[in-house]
Amino acid sequence: MTWVYYIFENNWPLFLMGARNTLIISLTGTIIGFAIGILIGIIRTIPIDQNTRLPARIVFETVNSLLLCYIEVFRGTPMIVQAMVVFYGAAMLYNIHLSPIPAGIFIVSINTGAYMAEIVRGGILSVDKGQFEAAHSIGMTHAQTMANIVLPQAVRNILPATSNEFVINIKDTSVLSVISVTELFFMSKSVAGINYRYFEVFLITCIIYFIMTFTVTRILRYLEVRLDGPSAFTIHGSQTVPEAEFRIVGRDR
Amino acid sequence: MDKIIQVRHLRKVFGANEVLKDINFSVSKGEVVCIIGASGSGKSTLLRCLNLLEYPTSGEILYHGHNILEHNMSNSVYRAKLGMVFQQFNLFNNLSVLDNCVVGQVKVLKKDVKSARKTAMEYLELVGMSQFIKARPNQISGGQKQRVAIARALSMEPEALLFDEPTSALDPELVGEVLKVMKNLAKSGLTMLVVTHEMGFAREVANRVVFMDSGVIVEDDVPEVIFNNPANERTRVFLRRVLEE
Repeated sequence: MTWVYYIFENNWPLFLMGARNTLIISLTGTIIGFAIGILIGIIRTIPIDQNTRLPARIVFETVNSLLLCYIEVFRGTPMIVQAMVVFYGAAMLYNIHLSPIPAGIFIVSINTGAYMAEIVRGGILSVDKGQFEAAHSIGMTHAQTMANIVLPQAVRNILPATSNEFVINIKDTSVLSVISVTELFFMSKSVAGINYRYFEVFLITCIIYFIMTFTVTRILRYLEVRLDGPSAFTIHGSQTVPEAEFRIVGRDR
Repeated sequence: MDKIIQVRHLRKVFGANEVLKDINFSVSKGEVVCIIGASGSGKSTLLRCLNLLEYPTSGEILYHGHNILEHNMSNSVYRAKLGMVFQQFNLFNNLSVLDNCVVGQVKVLKKDVKSARKTAMEYLELVGMSQFIKARPNQISGGQKQRVAIARALSMEPEALLFDEPTSALDPELVGEVLKVMKNLAKSGLTMLVVTHEMGFAREVANRVVFMDSGVIVEDDVPEVIFNNPANERTRVFLRRVLEE
């Protein structure tokens, strides 16, 4: 165990830098991926019925099949391969030499986007049909219904799946070491190479990964509870004056 | 009398199932019309067609004489003129009681938030829910939810209010509080079209009762005639079955 202390003491700036890059890439990638997912989820759930005019229907069907191609391709191939194809393909075909970290963020974003698109679509479909009907019955358009009523509920419903994606991204950025992104796994390999101590180094790496993922899950869980609010509502004070004092009790989660 | 809604030869088909067959009827300003009939007779579908939640297969819906099924009037503008109260309440789960009544006024009627809140408070007061403005829909009972749903519809200041079996999803002891609110609304002169199984309410409050059976309007008359001396045998059979329970 003394080796573990020794290695950490002498190499902590490298671990820290690796962890920092891992967090930057996975956080940015998850946020951009989430945004891509929301956008695609909204587009794919636009209602099309017999009253939709033909040109609009053709545009919708075309966009929809393109989006479906994107989703299927990026869900159906490993991220490590996507990283190679994008990084070396950009250099070879278009002569664009991406620096590793932006390339990493790009790959994680579009990969997460493909998964999130389906998660968001599921979240939108999971919102009760009555919510749409009630919104339409007071004259809201589809866009107003989505923005004010459905998306807030859908986003709440998909938070657990999103936090799952975030945790997966923290771990899976390790595959970006193949395009020499200086994230935690890549840095750990360097440290291990310097010291010839693989077990000790990767034990430390393991602990750092776990701390990051555990912290992220706790934070997002806290956010869920905050969004849900209390389960019971009790009135204190006057029953007739609307401005009366309110106190909310009964937080059960 | 000023006819708000007129329905002419309305048909609605779901697949091979003809749910509404040649419906003709109208609602005038200030009228309270109750639609009764067995489950599956097409009452709810008729109501949902009026609000365009279901799109009619053929026929005309005239709103002050204008056919809204022609594309010259936006569906959302028209829908805002007719309030709707659902069997399952359908309060917006992400919004507080007050915001449920405010969001439509702000987004659809483009009112400013302050006057929208004032209007919402008036109607929440009317249904006796003003002390619950900060509650979330999942924190209140079914009867309370339905009263908020009524206030939400009223906040849009519609010309007529459509009720789709508003008490059918409620526990028996909560039905009374909702019916009381509806009776008060009827007395205040609001135009109402109510699909209901509450025969007592129909008898007491309605100006006209429409009896539907397998997609057609069998009888459309004042409650005294429908309940005491119905012209049609089918109405008689239905009422005997319902009132004996």
